[in-house]
Parts: sequence; C-alpha cells; structure tokens
Amino acid sequence: MLKQRETAGAREDSAETRELTYAQAIREALQLAMNRDERVFMLGEDIGVYGGAFGVSDGLIDQFGAERIRDTPISEAAIAGAAIGSAMTGMRPIAEIQFMDFITLSMEQLVLQGAKIRFMFGGKATVPLVLRTPAGSGTGAAAQHSESLEAWFVHVPGLKVVMPSTPYDAKGLLLAAIEDDNPVIFVEHKLLYRTKGHVPEGYYTVPLSQSDIKREGTDLSVIATSIMVPRAIEAAEILAKKGIELEVVDPRTLKPYDATIATQSVRKTGKALVVHEAPKTGGFGAEVVAELVAGDAFDYLDAPVRRLAGLDVPIPYNRELERAAVPQVEDIVREARALVEGVY
Amino acid sequence: METKLKESGLDSATLLEALRKMHLIRLFEEKAESLYALGKIHGTMHLSIGQEASAVGSCLALQPDDYILSTHRGHGHCIGKGAEPKLMMAEFFGKEVGYCRGRGGSMHIADVAGGNLGANGIVAGGIPLSTGVGLSIQMQQQDKVCLTFFGDGAANEGAFHESLNLAAIWDLPVVYICENNQYGMSMSVERACAVQRIAQRAAAYDIPGMTVDGNDLFAVYGAVKAAVDRARTGDGPMLIESVTYRWRGHSKSDRQRYRSRDEVKEWMEKDPIARLEKALLSAEIVSEADLEQVANAARKTIEDSVAFAEAAADPDPASILEGVYA
Ligand SMILES: Cc1ncc(C[n+]2csc(CCOP(=O)(O)OP(=O)(O)O)c2C)c(N)n1
Ligand SMILES: [Mg+2]
Repeated sequence: MLKQRETAGAREDSAETRELTYAQAIREALQLAMNRDERVFMLGEDIGVYGGAFGVSDGLIDQFGAERIRDTPISEAAIAGAAIGSAMTGMRPIAEIQFMDFITLSMEQLVLQGAKIRFMFGGKATVPLVLRTPAGSGTGAAAQHSESLEAWFVHVPGLKVVMPSTPYDAKGLLLAAIEDDNPVIFVEHKLLYRTKGHVPEGYYTVPLSQSDIKREGTDLSVIATSIMVPRAIEAAEILAKKGIELEVVDPRTLKPYDATIATQSVRKTGKALVVHEAPKTGGFGAEVVAELVAGDAFDYLDAPVRRLAGLDVPIPYNRELERAAVPQVEDIVREARALVEGVY
Repeated sequence: METKLKESGLDSATLLEALRKMHLIRLFEEKAESLYALGKIHGTMHLSIGQEASAVGSCLALQPDDYILSTHRGHGHCIGKGAEPKLMMAEFFGKEVGYCRGRGGSMHIADVAGGNLGANGIVAGGIPLSTGVGLSIQMQQQDKVCLTFFGDGAANEGAFHESLNLAAIWDLPVVYICENNQYGMSMSVERACAVQRIAQRAAAYDIPGMTVDGNDLFAVYGAVKAAVDRARTGDGPMLIESVTYRWRGHSKSDRQRYRSRDEVKEWMEKDPIARLEKALLSAEIVSEADLEQVANAARKTIEDSVAFAEAAADPDPASILEGVYA
C-alpha cells in the first residue's frame, strides 16, 4: 500500500544555499514531495515528455514515470475533479492547470466540490490537493492567457491561496501546501519562472499564512504580491538613492491572510501602498487595505492608504498597451514617492 | 484526385483562387515565423502550415455571409474566409489598423464584417459560441450557416459534448469541423481519445459524422459542402473530422519530443498545396507558368502586407480604456 516514508514531517535543514530559478525551485519541491510520499502524484496537460508549458516538470516523467506524472487530455473540469476525487480517497494530487485563465473551466469542481467537501461532510473527509497554475501578463499572449484570478479564490471559503514571489518561497511554500490537508491554489507567475535566488538543498517548508518582509525600510510600507514584489524592491532601490526607504511586505499566502506583519510594518512607517497585478476593482488589495484601516494600523496612519493595481481592462496584445495595463517599476516609484512626499 | 476535382463542380477560376489562398496561408505563416525570429513581432503564434486544404476547402463551401468560428491556429481559417492579409499582418504587429486594433494579436484575429467571429485562445472556446450563432440564425430565419473549427484536443472538453447535444436537439445550422492534426500540443489523439475516429462521437448525439482526408482540398470541400447544404435546409448539425497534420511545433516553445522527424517527413510528403497543384496540372486546368504566377502573386501580397503593417501606427496608449464599459 501507499505509505508515507520515514522522512515525512522531518525538517532536513541544510546550511548550504545555491542559486536556483523559481521554476527549478518548484521542480525540486515536486521531486522531494514525490520521493518522500508515494501518494503524491501530478496530473495536467503536457506535463510529461513536454515538461509542462513552462518547463516546470521537465524530466520528472523520466524520474517518476507516466503513472505519477500523468498527462491528461485537454479537460480542465476533469483534471480538477480527478484531483479532488483522488484527494478525498487517499491520494495527494498536484494538479497543473496550464494557464490560470483555464481554471475558469475547473471552477465548479474547485469551488462547489473541493472547497466545500470537508465542511459540508462534517469533517469526515478532507481534500489534500494542490493546484498549481501560472498567472500573469507580460508575455504578449493577450487577454485569454494573462489572467490574475487569485481574488476569486480568496473569496471562496475552503480554498487556500498561495502566491510566491521568490524561488526560496516557491519551494518552501509548495512543500507546505503539499503537506496541508486542504485544497491549496498555488499561483505561480510566468515572468518569475526564470528569476534566480538562493534556495537551500533538501526539505524545508515555509509556513502558510505568514507574510514576509522582503526589504526593510522606514518611510513607506509597500505590500505587494507575486511579480510586484521584485518590482517593488527595484522601485525601493531607485528611491533609496533619493533618500526614501521603502519597506516591502510580501503576504505570500493570500488566504488565510494574516495581516500581522503588514500591520506592524505600517505602525512603523505610518504609510502604506498596496500593489498587485490583478485589476484593482475587487482585487486582493482591497482586503489588505481593509485589514489595515479596520485594524491596529489605523491610529498610526499618516496618509491615506493607496492601491496601485492593474487597470480594469482585459490584457491587450500590443506591447505598450500590455505594459500600461499593469503596474511597472516606474509606476511604483511614482506612487510611492507621492505618498511619502504627501502630494497625492 | 482528378475525378474528385471533376465531381466537385468547381470552375477553374474558383480553383485558382483556392490555390492562391492556400499559398497565402503558408506564406503568411512563414513570414510571421521569420518576423518573430527577428524580434519584430512578439507573443505567441500557432502555425497551420500543412493544414491549408482543410481551412480553404471548408470555407469554399460557404457563402460570403455565412459565419465561421476559429481557433488559436486560425490564420488559415481567416484567410480562407476572405480576410485581408495586410490587416491580419497589422494585427500581428499590434497596430491600430489591425483587425482587432492591436488588442488581440495572432490568437484573437477576428474579421467580424467578413463573418469570421474570431480565433480563440481557449481550446473549444468557439464551439459553444457557434451553437449560439446557429440558434440566432434559426431564430431570425436567416439563410445562413455557421461553421466552427476546432482541434482534436478540443473534442475532449466538456464544451464540445454539451454543444453538439444542444445543436442536435434543436437542429441548429452548425457544421462542426474537427481538424484532427494528430496532436493537442504533445498529446496524441490515440492517447487522448477513447474512440479511434473523432467522427464516431457524432453517434452519441445522433447526428451524421464523417472522416475525410484533410489534406485533399476536394475531399474536404465535398464533405463540408454536403454538411453545409444540409444545415442550410434545416436538417441540423453535422460533425466532420478532417484528418491532417501540423508541420511545425505546437507554438514557438515546442521542442517536439513527442513525435519523430520521420513522422513529420512522412506527412510533409502529403503536402496539400503540392497535391492540389498536381491535380490542377493533370486536369490541364493550369500550366506550370500559371502555377508560378499564382505563387508569385501570393508572395507579393504577403510582402506588401508586411510593408503596410510596419508603416502603420501603434495604438495611442491613452486609448487603453476604450471598449471597457465595466
Ligand atoms: C481551455 C484550454 N486549455 C488548454 C489550453 C492550452 N492549449 C492551447 S492549444 C492546445 C492544444 C490544442 O490542441 P487541438 O485542439 O488539437 O488543436 P491544435 O493545437 O492541434 O490545432 C492547448 C493544450 C488552452 N488554450 N485552453
Ligand atoms: Mg490537434
């Protein structure tokens, strides 16, 4: 029978760190998880010999075979359903939806089945599922291949939502998501796949629901998700030369979202700018702002809390329009500066 | 092919026009490919080189005001339906004069005025829409049909099954053309489908299904013409499986590890353009010189379309919110 190996639950810390890309870090997490737990398997479109649309699962089929790296027909509802059904009955599936846009075809199974089962059945069943999917614009693939739909899932009780911004977090959060007994929507960013960062060897987890300070600063807290984290850091480097110090906070897990770190940061800086790629209206940023102004940060605010987000527009194909549709480094610099200098 | 040519009833002017369009498709895509390599156009593209007879033969069975819906691999359908290559090329360049004002790109080219309701970035995304178009034609009692293209991979989406059933119970004037080019990205039809022939699935909806050689213009035309005529007289939908092959990778990033060079080579010998040329020659409809002239004229059209697109203006960034109403 399929059993967890002895290493399960153990944390094999390694002092050694290497540079890996975000995609490699994810692949390493997948390898580690599949090596230590036979119940873990992957299913999705073109994840086998093709190696996944973005090469994330490259080579895994050679290592784990076609049973565990399971190519499916183009059937997103069935992918989600097969993952949920198998998760309810003893397996620990990792489903891949090739582009986040196509998760729209999986919605019923995810939202009405997977998210509800544990609660609705009185806790008699769990759904230990991870659904990985690449989101975001910047590839010239236009309106149906550029969506950032994380806020939809944040709004559904019963789904966890994770959005790593660095290779280190990607690996540790993915391993934590796989360990978790509940469905996790794991949102990767296409433009981050090739970014590099330090990633320790061996097994480690980054706890879900824990924000991280990616850069310390004193003048303004920038709370940013996914690709906007490196953009905010770049903006911070530019502003540092002008004597403005941004603190960059990365929520990492959007649901359940713990506002403690953002709140502490804003209590220190007195100002907050929330940045994400998804359209502003109804976006996750609204939740971040609400947690700040309705909570313990309110009394410490010296300025209005601002949001910088994608325009409420489908992502255009034309390169310049595409850039203009979502926040760029220069936009963060401009908005941050305006907030710090009080000209808004 | 010669007897099929005669049986087709197509006159020589029509046949030469069909050949011209097949050349246009191939040359358009070869050009797009090289422009991409030069970094002049960006994003992604899906080439239908090798599948030209399927697109052109199908559209040949349509009247100008009939509709088509297309796919991510849609340049051929678009040209087949009569679109202007220069406006397609301008869209590829992201220019304001392009078919979608530079907002859509390769994967979303639509020529609404010409009856092409769009390429589609979503596999099977057009199939339910076409069912709705058929419903609209029926409710307005128009003398039109809707022809919808999709791939073998798309036939495994729920949308395909729901739509065919709906079209069948309502007798909608829709012709479903499954272009079976053997793969959905890396997934072969044999691995992805339980049935041997996708056309067999018509039986589940009690509509006629038929498999044709998609690299034979006359075979495609004959089958689609019969289906279109049938739909136009109110006899309901039909499923046609057009068996063909894509010569290029799925998109720009495909290393093609799932198929052999020999397999590709084998299919390249079934070149639909060469086959049509041969049939036209042996039926003595054209001379070698005529063929050369058709190819050269098509080449010039594509060269001109690039010059047109390069010279055209980009969209004004200030116009980004135009068309956004909510
Ligand atoms: C709903 C959906 N799932 C997956 C994709 C990614 N994708 C784009 S084309 C394609 C293969 C489609 O195969 P097929 O329908 O046979 O058409 P072909 O590419 O062979 O012309 C895939 C998987 C998509 N665009 N939409
Ligand atoms: Mg195909």
